[in-house]
Amino acid sequence: MNGYGGSILRVNLTEGKVTKKPTPAQMARDFIGGRGFGLYLLFKEVPRNADPLGPENKLFVSSGPLSGMLVPGAGKCDWTTKSPLTGGYASASMGGHFTAEMKYAGIDSMIFEGVSANPVYLLIDNDKIQLLDASHLWGRGAVDVEVELKHKYGEEFQVAAIGPGGENQVLYACINHDFGRQAGRGGVGAVMGNKKLKAIVLHGTKSVPVADLEGYRKAGMALYKACKDAEGLAEWSRYGTTVVTSWCNEVGALPTRNFSAGSFEQCDNINGKAMREQIVITDKGCFGCPSPCGKYSSMKRYNTRVEGPEYETIGLMGSNLGIGDIQDVAEANRLVDDEGIDSISTGNTIAWAMECYEKGILTQADTDGLELKFGNTQAVFTLIKKIAHREGKIGNLLALGVKRAAQQVGKGSETFAIHVKGMEQSGYATHNATAMLLAYMTCDVGAHHNRSWAITYDLQVGRDRVVPEKVARVIWLQNFRPMFDVLGSCRLQWVELSIDRDLYPPVLEAITGIKRSWEDLEAVGNRIWNLSRMYWFREIDGFGREWDYPPQRFYTEPPKTGATAGQITKFEDVQRLLDIYYEQRGWDGNGLPTSTTLQDLNLSALVA
Amino acid sequence: MRLYADSAKCSGCRACLVACSLNLFQESNPKKASLNLIAHFPNPGVYEMKVCTQCGDCAAVCPTEAIKQNERGAFYVDFAECNLCEACVPECPEEVMFVRPELANNAWKCDLCGDCVNVCGTGALWIAE
Repeated sequence: MNGYGGSILRVNLTEGKVTKKPTPAQMARDFIGGRGFGLYLLFKEVPRNADPLGPENKLFVSSGPLSGMLVPGAGKCDWTTKSPLTGGYASASMGGHFTAEMKYAGIDSMIFEGVSANPVYLLIDNDKIQLLDASHLWGRGAVDVEVELKHKYGEEFQVAAIGPGGENQVLYACINHDFGRQAGRGGVGAVMGNKKLKAIVLHGTKSVPVADLEGYRKAGMALYKACKDAEGLAEWSRYGTTVVTSWCNEVGALPTRNFSAGSFEQCDNINGKAMREQIVITDKGCFGCPSPCGKYSSMKRYNTRVEGPEYETIGLMGSNLGIGDIQDVAEANRLVDDEGIDSISTGNTIAWAMECYEKGILTQADTDGLELKFGNTQAVFTLIKKIAHREGKIGNLLALGVKRAAQQVGKGSETFAIHVKGMEQSGYATHNATAMLLAYMTCDVGAHHNRSWAITYDLQVGRDRVVPEKVARVIWLQNFRPMFDVLGSCRLQWVELSIDRDLYPPVLEAITGIKRSWEDLEAVGNRIWNLSRMYWFREIDGFGREWDYPPQRFYTEPPKTGATAGQITKFEDVQRLLDIYYEQRGWDGNGLPTSTTLQDLNLSALVA
Repeated sequence: MRLYADSAKCSGCRACLVACSLNLFQESNPKKASLNLIAHFPNPGVYEMKVCTQCGDCAAVCPTEAIKQNERGAFYVDFAECNLCEACVPECPEEVMFVRPELANNAWKCDLCGDCVNVCGTGALWIAE
């Protein structure tokens, strides 16, 4: 099949058995790849009400038709599972070089099912595939494990591994790759840990078949030329995602002290400029990327190195924790990476604990003696390890994520637990940014930003306005942007370099031999969005409208300081946003896709 | 003319390797490229690029005279005449003379097509005298 590795690998960890089958042409036609494959397989293969941390749950790793090809940023790898954090759909996107290696090993998706009795790792060297003993790797940090496996098998091998956080099934554990890239969100690493799968080691040397070689080469080159000619290339490549830090601070979107404000007085010490000037030693790109946002940093104070921090980590583990020093943030980043826990959820959850502590809801009796005040860097470092190892009262509590922790602690702490559907909100404070707020409310995995990054649109059309055009913009972004995760390449060349998106269909057609316009692709995006919605309804009793409500803070507590001081979204506007959104989506008043909508999207049979 | 690389500017993305394989083999396969990228991570955290300097040492030792010069003045492997003897490999001071029988029935090297330069977004590669 042109543009595909050609096979689906099934790894049964209970039986220690590996099988391979051709990638079904129908699946490629209807769901294309990446996130599409992951969700389709999740819906089809994981039985209803499966325990996310049990043998019935599966972990799906997928590349897309653009992965590994001559396409800018063709390094996006999708990790899908039933989320232990939310109980619903989880799809985490990982950059780096793993997905390209999958393609060149002839694999489109890997399915991990069952649970191994003992720690194992999977070794794939083209068609030679083995499950090997990982007891000597168990308990060790993700970076350390990657070093050992790369040393053992060679530079050409790519590694994805979990750290102690995944082993201990911290509900927001991540999967690490290429010394600094992660499948971060929704607890995919906990599922891998539950299966006792410590790592995947991968090597592929096959060529990927393409339909029209000369057309592919020309269209691929045109994409690279557009990136290289882009006005924003130099600045984006210099700062990467941290370029938005100061902007967010100015517009009141930088999460500060548990999202109690959107501007941080020490922003200048943690922004892109501070990072570039103080710690960055090299740019570090994902596969095929001409505009590398990855930065590799050296922290002299700690004598350590890390990839990052990215903007999200600066927001969640910097300003949101009251930490105003780029070296401290980077060191926290290094610790969460090696321990294998998601920096966004970790920062968000610790910020909630700090607010609890400052309000007297948690005391030193609850924190194992830690003085959990905002800005206490050493306490954060200690907590990261406690969480990853589920150590002590506080480590065990925070390993559950902010929603469960707040439910357990109570005393009003639920009102400042900043999550949607149980997923900790990522790096944009949304007190008065209704499009971005709606994007978080309705995101298919919980409060994550990357499906619909609508905050610039808020500023463009008026941040507190609730109008149908704004909702339509969010929906369009939700249908369109995730298609990059389906195709297996990065969206940031379109987002940040503003290259013409019409350059993509020709390369996709030349690679696969199938003509698809963006309109066609967005229709697939819409189908995927609706299928993920049905998954939530299928898995969670009583799922519906209330699950789309934003964190209470954003409609009850205006920030006291910063650019958004005194500003807030009214709860009636939250309801209006949902009314308009559901109507435009073809969903009923409870947010359930109607039978007509499902029929129009050709999903009726699949969800029946 | 030859290809130059500034490793300090390389971000390790491998776009050059894909572009190279497409031109050299008409295949999409970064393992069949004629540049060498070595990633030194997590420490010290640098990329190392190795490229052909067109020194011609490979051609000098080739017993079948399969390594010839093209119109750009670059040494290239005439695939039909290479017998995979590997005599060229140890001669290459930059370790960019490739023989991998599992991947191709011939040795391969940089023929200075320039496609790697065209896709490099960080200016790490260029062609000059």
